[in-house]
Amino acid sequence: MPKDGGIGASTKRREDLRFLTGKGRYTDDINLHGQAYAYFLRSDIAHGTINSIDTSGAEAMPGVVRVFTASDFEGVGGIPCGWQITDRHGEVMQEPKHPVLAEGKVRHVGDPIAVVVAESLDQARDAAEAIDVDITELEPVLDMKAAVADGAPKVHDDLTSNLCYDWGFVEENRDAVDQAIKNAHHVTTLELTNNRLVANPMEPRVAVGDYSLATDEHTLYTTSQNPHVIRLLMGAFVLGIPEHKLRVVAPDVGGGFGTKIFHYAEEAFCTFAAKQLRRPVKWTCSRSEAFISDAHGRDHVTKIELAMDKDGMFLALRTDTYANMGAYLSTFAPSVPTWLHGTLMAGNYKTPLIYVNVKAVFTNTVPVDAYRGAGRPEATFQLERVVDKAAREMGIDPVELRRRNFITEFPYATPVAVEYDTGDYHATMDKLLDISNHAGFAARAADSKARGKLRGFGIAHYIEACGIAPSNLVGQLGARAGLYESATVRVNATGSISVMTGSHSHGQGHETSFAQVVSDMIGIDADQIDIVHGDTANTPMGMGTYGSRSLAVGGSAIVKATEKIISKARKIAAHLLEAAEADIELKDGAFTVAGTDKSVAWGDVTLAAYVPHNYPLEEIEPGLEETAFYDPANFTYPSGAYGCEVEVDPDTGKVDVVAFSAADDFGNIVNPMIVEGQVQGGLAQGIGQALLENCAYDENGQLLSGSYMDYTMPRADDVPMFKVDHSCITPCTHNPLGVKGCGEAGAIGSPPAVVNAVIDALQRAGHDVTHIDMPLSPDRVWAAMNR
Amino acid sequence: MHNFDFAKPATIADAVAALQGDEAQPLGGGQTLIPTMKQRLAAPEVLVSLTHIPDMQGVCTNDAGQLCIGGATTHATVAREAASSFPGLAHLAAHIGDPAVRNRGTIGGSLANNDPSACYPAAALGTGATICTNLREITADDYFQGMFDTALDEGEIITEVRLPIPQAAHYEKFVQPASRFALTGVFVAKYQDHVRVAVTGASENGVFRWADAEAALSQSFASDAVADLSVDPDHMIHDLHASKEYRANLVKVGTMRSVKKAK
Ligand SMILES: Cc1cc2nc3c(=O)[nH]c(=O)nc-3n(C[C@H](O)[C@H](O)[C@H](O)COP(=O)(O)OP(=O)(O)OC[C@H]3O[C@@H](n4cnc5c(N)ncnc54)[C@H](O)[C@@H]3O)c2cc1C
Repeated sequence: MPKDGGIGASTKRREDLRFLTGKGRYTDDINLHGQAYAYFLRSDIAHGTINSIDTSGAEAMPGVVRVFTASDFEGVGGIPCGWQITDRHGEVMQEPKHPVLAEGKVRHVGDPIAVVVAESLDQARDAAEAIDVDITELEPVLDMKAAVADGAPKVHDDLTSNLCYDWGFVEENRDAVDQAIKNAHHVTTLELTNNRLVANPMEPRVAVGDYSLATDEHTLYTTSQNPHVIRLLMGAFVLGIPEHKLRVVAPDVGGGFGTKIFHYAEEAFCTFAAKQLRRPVKWTCSRSEAFISDAHGRDHVTKIELAMDKDGMFLALRTDTYANMGAYLSTFAPSVPTWLHGTLMAGNYKTPLIYVNVKAVFTNTVPVDAYRGAGRPEATFQLERVVDKAAREMGIDPVELRRRNFITEFPYATPVAVEYDTGDYHATMDKLLDISNHAGFAARAADSKARGKLRGFGIAHYIEACGIAPSNLVGQLGARAGLYESATVRVNATGSISVMTGSHSHGQGHETSFAQVVSDMIGIDADQIDIVHGDTANTPMGMGTYGSRSLAVGGSAIVKATEKIISKARKIAAHLLEAAEADIELKDGAFTVAGTDKSVAWGDVTLAAYVPHNYPLEEIEPGLEETAFYDPANFTYPSGAYGCEVEVDPDTGKVDVVAFSAADDFGNIVNPMIVEGQVQGGLAQGIGQALLENCAYDENGQLLSGSYMDYTMPRADDVPMFKVDHSCITPCTHNPLGVKGCGEAGAIGSPPAVVNAVIDALQRAGHDVTHIDMPLSPDRVWAAMNR
Repeated sequence: MHNFDFAKPATIADAVAALQGDEAQPLGGGQTLIPTMKQRLAAPEVLVSLTHIPDMQGVCTNDAGQLCIGGATTHATVAREAASSFPGLAHLAAHIGDPAVRNRGTIGGSLANNDPSACYPAAALGTGATICTNLREITADDYFQGMFDTALDEGEIITEVRLPIPQAAHYEKFVQPASRFALTGVFVAKYQDHVRVAVTGASENGVFRWADAEAALSQSFASDAVADLSVDPDHMIHDLHASKEYRANLVKVGTMRSVKKAK
């Protein structure tokens, strides 16, 4: 029976009332008295030397308050990077300075050169057109392999080359992997690219800086997934503002997909300028500007080799990847192709030997950083593609080949440094074959054929590491931050509750699902519980929302704090009921003495805590408020089997996704409806990457897909009705809720399923096509068929 | 967007007069012009709106068997009003952009702009339409002069478009995935004694007639008639979305499908 509240109930999202009626409060809705408007003049050249910037014409324009250039930021730090990678040779990565405004050189189209602050946005924009910038164009660095060749022009003159790092993992395995591949019965090789994407959250970025001379306090309102992280990075590393004088507020956030994790120059600028000008400064990103200033995602070029014995048992895996960093290191960029990618290369398989090499490269393009899945989609894509190709080369059914190699015993320590706690991959595969009616494929293919279409079925089985992350482990791996989460549970006198969490929803429905957890634990209605987030002034220091961590890590902190609350409330109840604490049971919002009808309601206990007339003051303090910090013992490992069915038009190469099924194991589920929504959104994004989205530069470093006229977002008619199942449950063993995380899975598992389906369709029709690079646009598919 | 003055004449004559100014420009539905102004790529000082001129509105048929469409008639109106008289054209109009675009964008604006991937140019050329302006009548064969280039003079406005109604016609559109303009679109119209085939989206020279296909289909109006023909990819457009060869293929596939679907 479906529950109507608490853990496991498909409670409707309480935040949707305001979102759907236009009552949300987003950063751009914040307008402060006397605010001025910032307009960023951005480079339209990919690579060049700045000879001079003449702002005098602009300064004389109507409404202009001030024009800023790099020289105004001499006493200010650069935008910091939050992760340091140590390479194969034990050297730390090359880390160029990332100035707030371009210093001496422009390094990508969109690099900010100057900022005009004016009374209105139009005036600021008019004045920006009057700034005279003299730039000598330099040869742009675009192709990653050419970028690391001898004699290549350098993006950063003060670095030795364009190579950020050359990472090997696990370096000690390198020779053994080479040997195993040399001696294997069969080796399947695949070269592929993982296409660069633009995140495109519905709400573009906004920053409003404010400064109070009276209190010397700075406030930054910003579109962020993690306001505390921004406060730490910007306060400590860029502007030198201590935390108690810096408040960062991220109100409702309209999507992020990772690109709102990072600390951006515009945030630092508005905070800085507000103090300089003694008035609030607001910047609102236009959609066109977002394309050239939000961090992009993916952009890997990879060669992968899979060695097998005669029965198709995997013996060794070797992958070589060039990962594009863009022109500067965005906040978490170095971690994405390394620790979020290399550690997932075992997938669901018992491959004993794995070696991953990643060369991270600077180019004259927009910085690249985490985007929904971050590293794990890149790992899953290459692995699930090479496994599919291997199945065809070995003449083994792709389902069967996967099953032969599935990990079946848990916990399982992979050769790439992580330990999977639980999983049941045969169960998810069985579930997928069932819900997708795999057995009926032949009949459907015949029907397609009768209509002149080529039908194919593609499978992918993914694993991801979420619930990011154990702080001591990531510290060893180079993180310059801890990755715990925090919660304060404040019970009010009459029993209602405010939960202050360091996680921050940017569309995931935390206000609903977090309240369900607390409601379930105490047994009071969820409408007695509010979730407070997004403001450093009223939430404990927390690390924010990304990496499918909010329920697994943030939710666990809430559980821990609520347990402390219950434990204290139980003591108070025992006192009120004149019973032993051990005999007190909490059920349905009342404390009862076990085996009796003596009970006291939740609200009476909480009132006693704040009006402690009859209260054990000598034993416990009054009040009922507790904080917990939760640092996970391990990552969580959601996994699942995805099946995609496509029809290809042989005349035009157009691919239609006619069916898509997802069987996920997310551990325990708090709100099935929200989980289904997360998976559906992820699948749409994954199908977008596989078939439609292509962030491409021309040979001059100009962005070819710089607007929706050329960048193809998936639309409703591009995706089928999804079949989503999450009834396969192996609970996480190390967090109190037994949850694993579901936010990224859809985007991780779907691209290889789609591509495998298209290859399947073409091969069934007799085309000798083994790979097509994403996006599988009609012209690429047609070209592959007509080679 | 820069500031501009706005004129809203009620007659063609007033519109022509208002356009005499130096930096004046006609405004149809604004679906192309307004975004261009927002990007600051155009900055007219006066916009002369044509959508309030009754003489430039509506769809009717004349005694010569032509469908006459007022120059400021929206795509949505054409989709609705041509549905029974000229279903091939109504289908084309119904597949331009999205509802907002169709409720504002006009046939005159589309033809004046002559975007190489716009749909209406294929119908105008594919029917041998007459483009009527405040000054003259121009045949479609003379009107289209390359990408974004037409026979219109400065300040000249399209007041009406007259399209000979075919026995059967169809427009097959392959969409550019992002913009959903025509990556390639083929308009085929069958008349008593001849067939016209016009292609948009494909050529570097804008909309063009595929003469070989017209000849073959005039002999036999069946998709097989073009099975052995091909267009030279040489002057096709190559961009992020498609190669020259792919577009050449679409010209043929689109022609065959249009013949099959013509009604
Ligand atoms: C999202 C989107 C999707 C679209 N998809 C498609 C599509 O699939 N297929 C397609 O064909 N088009 C598409 N369009 C373009 C649309 O059809 C426009 O309506 C058309 O390009 C311009 O018509 P308009 O009336 O809006 O002209 P405007 O934007 O007002 O004007 C365009 C140009 O024509 C001039 N002009 C306007 N009217 C006249 C006239 N009567 N006489 C002389 N000059 C005139 C103007 O001065 C200007 O130079 C799309 C547009 C958008 C915004």
